[in-house]
Amino acid sequence: MADLKLDQIRKRYGAVDVLHGIDLDVKDGEFVVFVGPSGCGKSTLLRIIAGLEEITGGELMIDGDVVNTKSPRDRGIAMVFQSYALYPHMTVYKNMAFGLKLDKQDKSAIDARVREAARILQLDQLLDRRPSELSGGQRQRVAIGRAIVRQPKVFLFDEPLSNLDAALRVQTRLEIAKLHQDLKSTIVYVTHDQVEAMTLADKIVVMNGGNVEQVGSPMELYHHPETRFVAGFIGSPAMNFTNVRIDAVAPGKVTVSAPGGIKSVLPFEVPQSEVGKTVELGIRPEHLAPGDEETLSVNGEVDVVEKLGDSTYLYIKLANGDRVTVRAPGHSRIKIGDMVTASAPAGAAHLFDGDGKAFVKVDCPAEFSAEE
Amino acid sequence: MSFSNIRREDASRAVIVHAILLTYTLVALYPIFLIVINAFKTRKGIFRDPMGLPNAETFSIEGFTKVLAKSNFELFFYNSFTVTIVTIVIVLLLASMAAWALSEYKFPGNTALALYLAIGIMVPIRLGSVSILNLIVDLGLVNTLTALVLVYVAQGLPLAIFILTEFMHQIPKDLKEAARCDGVGEFKIFFAIILPLIRPAVATVAVFTMIPIWNDLWFPLILAPGDGKQTITLGVQQFIGQYVTDWNAVLASLSLAIIPILILYLIFSRQLIRGLTSGAVK
Repeated sequence: MADLKLDQIRKRYGAVDVLHGIDLDVKDGEFVVFVGPSGCGKSTLLRIIAGLEEITGGELMIDGDVVNTKSPRDRGIAMVFQSYALYPHMTVYKNMAFGLKLDKQDKSAIDARVREAARILQLDQLLDRRPSELSGGQRQRVAIGRAIVRQPKVFLFDEPLSNLDAALRVQTRLEIAKLHQDLKSTIVYVTHDQVEAMTLADKIVVMNGGNVEQVGSPMELYHHPETRFVAGFIGSPAMNFTNVRIDAVAPGKVTVSAPGGIKSVLPFEVPQSEVGKTVELGIRPEHLAPGDEETLSVNGEVDVVEKLGDSTYLYIKLANGDRVTVRAPGHSRIKIGDMVTASAPAGAAHLFDGDGKAFVKVDCPAEFSAEE
Repeated sequence: MSFSNIRREDASRAVIVHAILLTYTLVALYPIFLIVINAFKTRKGIFRDPMGLPNAETFSIEGFTKVLAKSNFELFFYNSFTVTIVTIVIVLLLASMAAWALSEYKFPGNTALALYLAIGIMVPIRLGSVSILNLIVDLGLVNTLTALVLVYVAQGLPLAIFILTEFMHQIPKDLKEAARCDGVGEFKIFFAIILPLIRPAVATVAVFTMIPIWNDLWFPLILAPGDGKQTITLGVQQFIGQYVTDWNAVLASLSLAIIPILILYLIFSRQLIRGLTSGAVK
């Protein structure tokens, strides 16, 4: 077990810059998830930590040692691949023991470690099978087992659930969370699925275009996104955005309006220079509810209704052409074509300037805050 | 077009394809069949009815007794076998290691080297016979099996490297990287993971390499024609005279020569069928 420190990590393929100086501190025992859209550099960063890609610039430290030029075997890491990458010609037992045999360890010690890992992952009955005789979920567990037996300082997971079907994915996700609780090990986990990130992580690193957009706990990212990108990426269904104009600014208050409906006073600290400019207003679907009881209201025609049972998502077309998703109760009887007004508390709003940076919210209500 | 039409078209196509393949098989196998049946006939039987099967009147194994009693057949056999096996082992080892280097590691001149090796496939090694003979004379290796092994290794390597490189490209990258993360050294990755996975390709290459060597007459004739070093194809030649050819003996020894190569082929072809990569990655 160890901490991990990235200092201005850069990666360049030929003339293309893939990572533009990544700084990150991972503490001992922390579960960190890299999340971002395809091509954001999250897998490259993980492979750099693993030692499978060379570092173009910056420093990588595991357990206080600079490991920039060390080979994967000397870094004390273990990696679980998206494709499992099991050795097809070896049994489950041999797959797990293979890396250990090379360390010239005592046979009975190896055996004990393999059996212990097999017990944790419920692979006891499968030790003599070949990978081709296993289901996807079982293969994934073997791949995890192969990492566990190495007792690494840092576990690396590269989209380990992507190849599993939906039900198995949820189950394996729980197993990984439980594994982390049991082993208390440092884990770096890459995924493009924000639900996995939210459920598993102690700390989420949102990446975009080779940069870190924001680092924080799942709740911090959910309630206090620093950029429009993070706001749109975290949360499902995604946050609604619509353009509004800043009409007036007062200390801790801003008046915004949009043609055809929205006019509201929101609790943000906005500089005077922004008056008259167009900014983006963001509200999460789950904070909107049909009706006009709250301060921030939108209205328009419903053009799609999705019924999920416990809730119903209404897709409302605003006067300015933007679509807004509203989470209505499951028993909602609103139909396509209905004119609907939905509203949210002012404290639930997010406001982003022209560069996508969030304005500071003041007096954030407890229900929209990550503070405990 | 209706479904039945499509099906009828498919069926007629299958018939045509099979007819062509069957014809080709017959054409390819008939000479071998002739050799084998005539090996079991008397000399008269061979000349009177070369296409006929041996019957009570013409059946004879005089060819075999002559070969086994009068010539050093076991020695020729041993020589051919040694040369072939030693060559296969060296070619497979060197070619697979070279292929691994070419496919896995990026180093300056990688492509140029691969191209250089590929030229060996296009240029027949026999064009260099004179220089090879000079070289072997200078090395003092004339009339040794070593000379043959060296030449055959050179002859077999280019194609072997080419085929194995292609196969190694197909091994999932994740598998090698997983092994590296497991702390496995490069040699161990090669011998414990890569080689077992490309076993079918290795078997293919073994067959490709072995058959021309076993059948070669040219290099044994110019490099190792001396007594005691002759290979089987060269040994057979002693029954072929300028005026009289002992067909019984020639055909009998050729029939016998087929057996070991057939056995080797059966061993290797068993590996060809086995697909091992299933279950490695999804």
